[in-house]
Amino acid sequence: MTSGHVVPARLYYGIYGILMACTVATVLVALVDLGPLNIVAALAIAVLKATLVVLFFMHVKYSTRLTWAVVLGSIFWLAILLALTMSDYLTRGWDLRGPAGPHI
Amino acid sequence: MNHDAALAHQFDSLEQQVEASTLGMWVFLVTEVLFFGGLFVTYAVYRALFPAAFAAASRELDILLGGINTAVLITSSLTMALGVRAAQLGQRRAILTFLVLTMILGTAFLGIKSLEYYHKFTEHHVPGAEFRFEKEYAQHAQIFFSLYFMMTGLHALHMVIGLGILIVMFVWASRGTITAEYYSPIEISGLYWHFVDIVWIFLFPLLYLIGRHA
Repeated sequence: MTSGHVVPARLYYGIYGILMACTVATVLVALVDLGPLNIVAALAIAVLKATLVVLFFMHVKYSTRLTWAVVLGSIFWLAILLALTMSDYLTRGWDLRGPAGPHI
Repeated sequence: MNHDAALAHQFDSLEQQVEASTLGMWVFLVTEVLFFGGLFVTYAVYRALFPAAFAAASRELDILLGGINTAVLITSSLTMALGVRAAQLGQRRAILTFLVLTMILGTAFLGIKSLEYYHKFTEHHVPGAEFRFEKEYAQHAQIFFSLYFMMTGLHALHMVIGLGILIVMFVWASRGTITAEYYSPIEISGLYWHFVDIVWIFLFPLLYLIGRHA
C-alpha cells in the first residue's frame, strides 16, 4: 500500500526534457540583443522552469489546497518585498529633478 | 482504525501524516524564499543603479561552466524526483541508486563551482584590495562580484546541507526505515533539493546571462 500520488516516471522524463530545452533557449535568447526585453525573456523562462519544478517535481499539483495556499503565499510575500523596495529605490530623486520639482 | 507501525499516534491516516510533513516543509521553504529573496532584491537594486557595470562584470563569468552546472543540477532534480517515486513504491534498491546518482551530480555541481571560484581568484575578480577590472567599472563591478559570491556561496552552502540530508536518507533507506508507508523523509528531502535547484534556475540567467548581447 502506498500513500500519496505516484506519477508515471515518463512524466518526470518529459518535464526534464522541457527544463533542458528551456535552459538551451535561455542561453540562446541571451545572445540576441532584444534591448530591455532580454531580462524579461530570461526571467519569463526562469519562471516557467521554476513553475514546472514546483508543480511536478515538488508534487504541488497533487497537494492539498492548504499547501497551495502556502506556496502562493511565498510568491506573494516575495512580490511585496520586491515591489515595495523597488518602488522606493527606482523613484528616489524624482522630485528633485528639473524645475518642476519642489525646492527642498 | 488502521494501526500501521509507520503511523504516528497524532494522525488519523498515513495520508494525513504525509500531508502534515509536506506542509511543514513548505512553511520552512517560504522562509527560505524570503531568505534568498533579500539577496535577489539587493541584486535588483544595484543592477538598476549600475546596469553597465553589471553587464560588463557578468560577461567575465564562464557561460559554459555555468550552463553545464545548470544542466547538472536539473538532472540531479530528475534523479531526486525518481528517487522519491521509488520511495513511494517501496523499491529500496531503486531509492539507493537514485540517491547515489543525485549525490554524485550534486558533488559534480560543487566541483565545477569551486573551479569557477578558483578562476575568479586567479583573475583578480574577488572583491577586495587585489580586485582588478576595467577602470570605468571597477568600483561597481566589485558590487556585482560581492553579490555573485554571496548568492552562489549561500546556494552552495544549501547544496552541502542537501548532500548531508541525502547521506542520512541513504542510511535510512538502506536500513529499511523508508517504506512505501513511510516515505515522507525522502519526499521532504526532495522538496529541499528541488528548492535549491529553483534558486539556481534564477541565479544562472541573472548572474551569467545579463549583458551577453551587448
